[in-house]
Amino acid sequence: MKLCSAFLATTALTLAAGSASAIDLTFVSWGGAYQNSQLKAYVEPYVAAHPDVSVVWDESSSEAVAKLRAMNEAGNLTWDLVDVTIADAMRLCDEGLAMEVDFDTMLAPAPDGTSASDDFGDLLLSECFIPQIVYSITFGYRNDVAEWNGATPTSVCDVFDTTKFPGKRSLYKGPLYNMEWALLCDGVAKEEIYNVLGTDEGVDRAFKKLDSIKDQVVWWTAGAETPQLLADGEVVIGSTYNGRLFSVIAEQKQPVSMLWDAQIYDLDGWIIPTGLPEDRLQAVKDFLFFATDTQRLADQAKFISYGPARKSSAPLVGKHQELGIDMAPHMPTDPANATNVVMMDFPWWADHRDDLDAKFQAWLAQ
Amino acid sequence: MSDTTQASPMKAADGTPLKKSLTRALRRQKLRALALIAPLLIFVLFTFILPIADMLFRSVENQIVGDTLPNTVQALKAWDQASDEAPGEQVFRALSVDLQVAAELKQHTRLGTRLNYENPGVSSLFRSSGRGADKIGKDFQDRLVELDPAWKEGETWATIFGTDEWLAAEAAWDADRAGKQPAFRMRDGIDEALPLTAHAYQVFVKDVQGAGKNPATTKPWRVFYDALSQDLGANPDPASAALPSAQATLIAATSTAIAGDSFSYKDAFLDMDTGWGAVSTWETIKAYSAPYTAGYFLNAVDLEKGADGIAVRPPEERIYIKLFARTMWMSLLITVSCLVLGYPVAWLLANLRASTSNLLMILVLLPFWTSLLVRTSAWKVLLQQQGVINDILVWLRIVDDGNRLVMINNQMGTIIAMTHILLPFMILPLYSVMKTVPPTYLRAARSLGATPWTAFWRVYFPQSVPGIGAGSILVFILAIGYYITPELVGGTQGVFISNRIAFHISSSLNWGLAAALGAILLGVVLLLYYTYDKIVGIDNVKLG
Repeated sequence: MKLCSAFLATTALTLAAGSASAIDLTFVSWGGAYQNSQLKAYVEPYVAAHPDVSVVWDESSSEAVAKLRAMNEAGNLTWDLVDVTIADAMRLCDEGLAMEVDFDTMLAPAPDGTSASDDFGDLLLSECFIPQIVYSITFGYRNDVAEWNGATPTSVCDVFDTTKFPGKRSLYKGPLYNMEWALLCDGVAKEEIYNVLGTDEGVDRAFKKLDSIKDQVVWWTAGAETPQLLADGEVVIGSTYNGRLFSVIAEQKQPVSMLWDAQIYDLDGWIIPTGLPEDRLQAVKDFLFFATDTQRLADQAKFISYGPARKSSAPLVGKHQELGIDMAPHMPTDPANATNVVMMDFPWWADHRDDLDAKFQAWLAQ
Repeated sequence: MSDTTQASPMKAADGTPLKKSLTRALRRQKLRALALIAPLLIFVLFTFILPIADMLFRSVENQIVGDTLPNTVQALKAWDQASDEAPGEQVFRALSVDLQVAAELKQHTRLGTRLNYENPGVSSLFRSSGRGADKIGKDFQDRLVELDPAWKEGETWATIFGTDEWLAAEAAWDADRAGKQPAFRMRDGIDEALPLTAHAYQVFVKDVQGAGKNPATTKPWRVFYDALSQDLGANPDPASAALPSAQATLIAATSTAIAGDSFSYKDAFLDMDTGWGAVSTWETIKAYSAPYTAGYFLNAVDLEKGADGIAVRPPEERIYIKLFARTMWMSLLITVSCLVLGYPVAWLLANLRASTSNLLMILVLLPFWTSLLVRTSAWKVLLQQQGVINDILVWLRIVDDGNRLVMINNQMGTIIAMTHILLPFMILPLYSVMKTVPPTYLRAARSLGATPWTAFWRVYFPQSVPGIGAGSILVFILAIGYYITPELVGGTQGVFISNRIAFHISSSLNWGLAAALGAILLGVVLLLYYTYDKIVGIDNVKLG
């Protein structure tokens, strides 16, 4: 009889545990240090407060658009929340693969009561995209090059000056960023870049400028390449994401310095895929409300040198969790670094990326 | 007597003609054999043949334009593109309705993405116009609802377009929400009296029912008001349709009230975005309005569909032919270098003592078990300008520190790395064929007075040809499909066509173009295989 009641009790407990709506969520991110910063700043605190939620990661952000499209065609959605760049978010939104978000009802207001849409401000560039960080594409250079005779690059146009700064450069293997810098250094005003680039003459002009260093360029496709090339001394100056340069400089202590001039801002953030079942959607919304509030966005900067997307988070950015250095001067958004910033025109690129990419590849192959 | 026995067919034990019985037995045997291989056949069909067929189909499929803009495509047929002027009011009327329907279904941006592949800028044109078209719908809605608030009700629209039976069935379903929703039945004659609205309503019902809601109680789409105004303008007295009297009166009253209204759709769209006034926008829509297109294939061979037929792309956009040629040429080079390097190794493997050759075999297979990325990265470390090989050469003073060799991020890098990676695929078939050549043949040739070279060339080599054929086909076909290694070590001059296919699949999302490029690559391989079969004969290929 005793045994029997003990058995019944266990069964009841098991049943209770099973019915307490445990939920598995699949988050998609980029892997590496960035995903780790999301894990530490958002997911671990959230899961600690919600033991019934467990999170599985999928490191597929680089091909999120293609995979979401395939999932949509197959009618089998296995992702719950996806981290993508703004350009990909716009494409997902255009294809109806990302859900439109009502920012003010779904996201927490700032501590002083400012609504979420005002707090994020200009960064809300797509109806489907909840910005998380501002990062930038910028240059790093080796500060021990003997041939430079003590000179250091101070302007992005020094990248195009192979007499004063000889050596190989690494640039992104695509038209993005390079076309902007080429035109900028060919004398086009910052506000005019996209107007000029929209014409055939403007494209030719950019290619002509790039022609002047073409034989000195190593082209990269993955963000980790430039830091590696810089560390190996394969190139003396190269573009990549500012967070990657931070880790080469601050964590690996390589003889590399930042050139913040004409850095190009880009955004990364969350989208919710369309077609989630109601229970998972609720869980994702609950997580997002927590993970995109002012404190959480500021917390992420403890682990990686990317600027929080909310205005109200900036004053809360503290020290690096392990290195103990002040993170604010390493943010692309820090006033000292942001003296000359190129704002990327994302809708413009959404229209012209494929066309310019074809031209760029043809130019590369020449 | 004997004649009759010969004329009647031979019979089996059960009395059926022997011939028939035999075929039946044979067929049964064949079926049994087929059943044995059926699992494999089904597996191959579902995981290989069907996906490939689906991919090939994507390279010509283009239904999205006709499906999303059905009325516009119809109206556009009358437009003369030689006139060098954007189409007239009629086309913009159709566009207004199509675009609003598409925006409700969130398909207009998808179409924009599709057409943007052909005409950069169309993507944002569609994105911005979805909202603009909704604004047009709202103006018409305000006008009609002001005339009679009944237009606001889903019930009104459902009664006009659905049959009484469907309405009753839908209401019955709505009461308990059990089972399937009743299929929509259109009222007789209404699609002739109010064609645009009827079409939009059908799409509406499908969408609303798909979401598990009752069309008769759902808020009507704004496009209905625009479409109805257009329909009533074309046919002010649609009484021919047998409508219930309340709705007939409503329509008649509305028709009279709006008879004097005038609205220029063309101006509204040009206000929204001047892109609608560009002839090139309309040329693109017209050129890609058919459900199937050769456009992707043309694009894949550096051609384009211009205003006057097919034309070669401008030189600064030509890339694919060059890449196809480079892929073929470099794959051939890689195959040849694999053969030159692999042949002696295979010969050693086949002729050394077992213990030594086993060790050698492990050395051949070891890289095979290492990750592809690791091997490629190792080549980077070896070949780069500050890499191991250059450092050694500089240390030996063979090259000057200022003039280090460039061995990576060019064709040389791709050829070296891929030759190394594909070498086992050449050595293994060669080895297994050489193993079957008896060493006595060579000895016999030598004892009959042949020089070592003659003995090798006239006796040994011909017997190893099947291995060369198998290895070369294997290496060549693997090489033309490679993309990770060329991407990492190929720089700008050492990348293959497969890199562009991967780019279009995962980055630009132009799956149609990727499919066309893939189909061409497949066609080229099959053609080469056929040529090989004709020249050498496929029976001469042995894997062992």
